[in-house]
Amino acid sequence: MPTPLLEIKDLHVWFSVFKGFLKVLDGVDFVVWPGEKVGLVGEMGCGKTTMMKAIMRILLMPPATIRKGEIFFKGRDILKMGQGQLQEIRRRKISMIFQDPTAALNPVFKIGTQLRDVISCTRERGKSMTKGDIRRRAIQVLKEVSLPDPERILENYPIQLSGGMRQRICISTALVSTNELLIADEPGTSLDVTIKDQILRLIGEVVEKRGTSVILISHSLGAVRNMTDRVYVMYAGSMVEAAKTKSLFANPRHPYSQGLIAATPKLTGGGVGKGVPGRIPEYIDPPTGCRFHPRCEHAMPICRDKKPPFFEVNENHQVACFLFRDNQSHR
Amino acid sequence: MQNKMQTKLARTKELSRRWESIHRNWYKFSRNPLSIVGLVLVCTIVFIAIFAPYISPHPESAGKFVNFSDTCDPPSWGHPFGTDRFGRDVLTRTLYGYRYSLGMALMVISIMGPTGIILGLVAGYHRNTWVDTVIMRVTDVFIAVPPLILALAVCSVLTPSIFNAMLAICVAWWPWYTRMVYEITCSLKNEFFVQAAELTGASKVHILFREIIPNCAASILTKMSLDVGWVILIGAALSFVGLGAQPPTPDLGTLVADASSYLPDLWWEAIFPAFAIMVAVLAFNLFGDGIDDMLGEEKGG
Amino acid sequence: MESVKFIVKRLAYSVVVLIGLSILMFSIARVVPGDPARMALGPRAPEWAVQRVRDEMHLEDPVYVQYYYWVKGALHGDLGKSLVTRRSVADDIREFFPASLELALYTGVFMGIIGITLGAISGWYKNRWIDNVVRIISYIGIVTPSFVFAIFFVLIFGYALQILPTIGRIPPGVSLPPRITGMITLDALVTGKFGLCLSGLKYLLLPAVSLAMGPLSQEARITRTTLAGNLGKDYVAAERSSGLSERTIMFKYLLKPSLIPTISIYALDFAAIIGNAFVVELIFNWPGLSRYGMNAMLQKDLNAMVAVVMVYGILFMVVNIIVDLTVGFLDPRIRLGEQSAE
Repeated sequence: MPTPLLEIKDLHVWFSVFKGFLKVLDGVDFVVWPGEKVGLVGEMGCGKTTMMKAIMRILLMPPATIRKGEIFFKGRDILKMGQGQLQEIRRRKISMIFQDPTAALNPVFKIGTQLRDVISCTRERGKSMTKGDIRRRAIQVLKEVSLPDPERILENYPIQLSGGMRQRICISTALVSTNELLIADEPGTSLDVTIKDQILRLIGEVVEKRGTSVILISHSLGAVRNMTDRVYVMYAGSMVEAAKTKSLFANPRHPYSQGLIAATPKLTGGGVGKGVPGRIPEYIDPPTGCRFHPRCEHAMPICRDKKPPFFEVNENHQVACFLFRDNQSHR
Repeated sequence: MQNKMQTKLARTKELSRRWESIHRNWYKFSRNPLSIVGLVLVCTIVFIAIFAPYISPHPESAGKFVNFSDTCDPPSWGHPFGTDRFGRDVLTRTLYGYRYSLGMALMVISIMGPTGIILGLVAGYHRNTWVDTVIMRVTDVFIAVPPLILALAVCSVLTPSIFNAMLAICVAWWPWYTRMVYEITCSLKNEFFVQAAELTGASKVHILFREIIPNCAASILTKMSLDVGWVILIGAALSFVGLGAQPPTPDLGTLVADASSYLPDLWWEAIFPAFAIMVAVLAFNLFGDGIDDMLGEEKGG
Repeated sequence: MESVKFIVKRLAYSVVVLIGLSILMFSIARVVPGDPARMALGPRAPEWAVQRVRDEMHLEDPVYVQYYYWVKGALHGDLGKSLVTRRSVADDIREFFPASLELALYTGVFMGIIGITLGAISGWYKNRWIDNVVRIISYIGIVTPSFVFAIFFVLIFGYALQILPTIGRIPPGVSLPPRITGMITLDALVTGKFGLCLSGLKYLLLPAVSLAMGPLSQEARITRTTLAGNLGKDYVAAERSSGLSERTIMFKYLLKPSLIPTISIYALDFAAIIGNAFVVELIFNWPGLSRYGMNAMLQKDLNAMVAVVMVYGILFMVVNIIVDLTVGFLDPRIRLGEQSAE
């Protein structure tokens, strides 16, 4: 039985605020196999970024606490790792591309400084690099993301560059060392559509070339549909559906997924979709049981009492909804 | 009949919205327990200032009073803060001292606050015209020296009195408000809602007062709260060197000054008024921080 | 090269402001109710002496004529005569300014280093015990006036413990080092008189700390808030996720952006130092320009007062320019804001 590259089991993450706790992640399960491209879709605020930050252990720990759960990377629990092993993971195994490239780059340092420091600390153990080596590597990495005139960019500050360039630099920073897993958090979201398209294509190329696994987070269903093998749908801190991409888009089962997919405007007839009425819940006092039940047309009494586990509808298609208990589909 | 019901409903909704917003503001204010401490202290100080004559044990000590049988007594039950060399009760004089210090601070802020703010508004709104240049150059001139020095200079050319000290502080302090409001106004002027108001023909006065001021309100109110503390401090410094309130007026600074020549023997004469100054500044600092939390933008998230 | 242009522009502008300041100060000085000459010489001086002073100071001419004479004199280095010391004000300034400058410099350096360090420690170890200790100290520092600190220190270190001197700059009877800059510690150091230098430092200690406590606390507070705020920023998370060591992040990537607001308010804090020096120098009998100026104000020595304020205006302007340059150096967003590609 092969081990998954990444496996998150029953993760609970809470944020401490004055009035109590924001129970953001409520028992999340998530798996990525080697070489897989996994998509993660959900509304803004559903906890996608929190989950990713938890994986890399870069959540700010005073407000955030990890109440329960395990995150296995190749069989070892990241949450229990010591600093040395954690650094090893961050430097050579998992990389993250942040959502907002302007915020992700330190504004008062040159690009070159930041990039060189990353290269220097992620170099292979025992291998020494001269300043020249490091600079050459930096230029090489910038060229990989199709940035023109890399020498000049090294001397620039983030404010002197355009949004698209900053996003490419963030990608290049993530790609500096050979990684096994790349987490792309809504790449290109803050940029205009054509540039976003280029960025996504760039990520696709790079991933193909290196054979890295990817977690692609997006609230753009089109991008996810094109680029991923498998998709998770997330709502208010839990996974509601997980399936092979084709299967999900052909036949979404969970009421929320159906609403999400129906809401996407289609060029081929249909116009703008219906949408899902209501809003994501307050995390400080979330709904009991299935967190979607207040907005769900098909809510049953049990939905309020217990949280639905994943039920298998098909091979490779699971839904966390009591409608599918006993593997019966209602639609 | 229908209309009456609707207006009633609207009014109830309005009231409950107001209540909710008060509730929300209170929540934001009280997030930091220190702000509550500040609020309590500020209320206490205001109370003392208003009711000093009624709560002081020996109200006559506040004025010209001499009682040679009780001079230089260390703190005791009859005189919790002791007596000074004229036999006056130090506690009473300290309580009255709050009256003068707070009163002076409030008057200063209520005069130069609005003045500075209006100047800043006008200058910021008429940016890049001669109005802006004149006002801001003058402001820059006043800011060119540290405020205490300017206040000292103005005070020194006038007859020392509490009123002239107030005047001096006004002269030294107003430009800071102008500067702050100017910067906010400049940045707001280009925002869309201002341009929208202009396009629909709103008068300048309307724009200034209904569109721009509410956006400055947070900074202004925070600054005013904090400034009460600073003005008390500057007033104390002025009185300390003799340029402010004159004896026998028990301004807190004068109290410390009078007492300092008799240190370390009559320590209680100096320590308690000094401590009173510190408590006052602390109170308004904490309170001002709370106002900042309540009205300011959400930081982080 | 942009820095040079910037400095030149600022200098030019500052000169304009200083001219305005001189007009302001002059107006204040001439607004004095009563007769300055009479007030300076006292009620017993003979009328002819008072009249002579009035003529010297052109007190009977219209204000703008007086101003003209003053400017003319100032450009030649003649700032009038002090009615108190009976000497040329320019000479007085030359004698007393170095002492105040020395005090201000030591205080400024002390406040900057200690304030930022305490604030940084406080921010890194947010909410642990050291943070709470620093916060309490800084609250006390902010709310206590300098003169209260001064009195307090004099009491404790001067009278009670008797370990530090409280009056003047050097032990009585000791001769000053040869006057190169006028700053005792510097002159003594340069001429090899280390004992004297050390002595001078001891005398500097209490006044400097009294003046520094308030501004130091402000600096610590702002550093702490900024640092703690920046800890939650995305770029710190990104740097962590890239695998940069905690040490690199803390000391390099977090510190620099966090210092910017702190240094921005440094100028204001320095202003607080020079302002409060007027009172503190009086308490310690420090023979500096602030004490001289304070006395001038108390005794209505108008020429001296105007000159002293102008000197401090110039000093403050220089400090402002240095601070602005430093902030521009640290924060490229300010320097290059207009050049951004968007």
